[in-house]
Amino acid sequence: MKIQFLYYEDCPSHEQALQRLQRVMAEEGVDEPIEVIKVETEEQARKWRFIGSPTILLNGEDIVPPPPAAQPALTCRVYQWPDGRISPLPSPDMIREALRQIIQSR
Amino acid sequence: MSLRIGDKAIPFKLPGVDDKTHALSDYDDKPLLAIIFSCNHCPYVRAWEDRMVQIQADYADKGVQLIAINANDVKKYPDDSFENMKIRAAEKGFNFPYLYDESQETPRAYGATRTPEVFLFDAERRLRYHGAIDDNFENPAAVKEPYLRDAIEALLAGKEPPVDWTPPVGCTIKWK
Repeated sequence: MKIQFLYYEDCPSHEQALQRLQRVMAEEGVDEPIEVIKVETEEQARKWRFIGSPTILLNGEDIVPPPPAAQPALTCRVYQWPDGRISPLPSPDMIREALRQIIQSR
Repeated sequence: MSLRIGDKAIPFKLPGVDDKTHALSDYDDKPLLAIIFSCNHCPYVRAWEDRMVQIQADYADKGVQLIAINANDVKKYPDDSFENMKIRAAEKGFNFPYLYDESQETPRAYGATRTPEVFLFDAERRLRYHGAIDDNFENPAAVKEPYLRDAIEALLAGKEPPVDWTPPVGCTIKWK
């Protein structure tokens, strides 16, 4: 599994998000390296289809697929959790579910 | 450089989403005034804004007034435009003024860097608390340190806030 973690430094959620990703991976027994990618320019944001920080890609797919109209941007990303809460980070269960879908599809 | 504890509030005169102009002096009769630098797009603000509404509701009858100010560069962040501020205020039922500072002079004068970032002033408009709203942006039910509420309660009781500064947690203000 290819795991990429993209972040924009101005947004302070990335350290906590990376720790959360690592913890959930450990809980799920996923022992793959995480490629950490710092997005610094609008050009890079367009290249990565980066709509905000943090963004987690599993095999190149966003764990929370953005709406088609979402524009690449150097900004903090808004995650809406299943219980309706808004957070700058995906919930552990959102990460877990995305990992499990990849594992089950192997 | 940011305002320091004990410094006086700096006057402003800004348009609000109610299409009225709001000045610091308009609130001279309020015993406590919390100026919160805010915006529309930031997920930290969005995580905390229901709590801002609740704090205003809980303390309105004690004369506590919240004011939110958005000063982000709308060219880079169009979600933060004045028109979108009006939409957000209506959607979320903001019960406090939501002001727009296109010049960005107010956050520069106050030394604000993040959204949300709270500056709580007493009746003499001396800064008594500066920082985050509480210690848990993700889960209101898991808050252990409700910094702003604690500071309000202490000041209303004539006491010192238990904590007068915490690091503001949120998105950077988007300067022009």
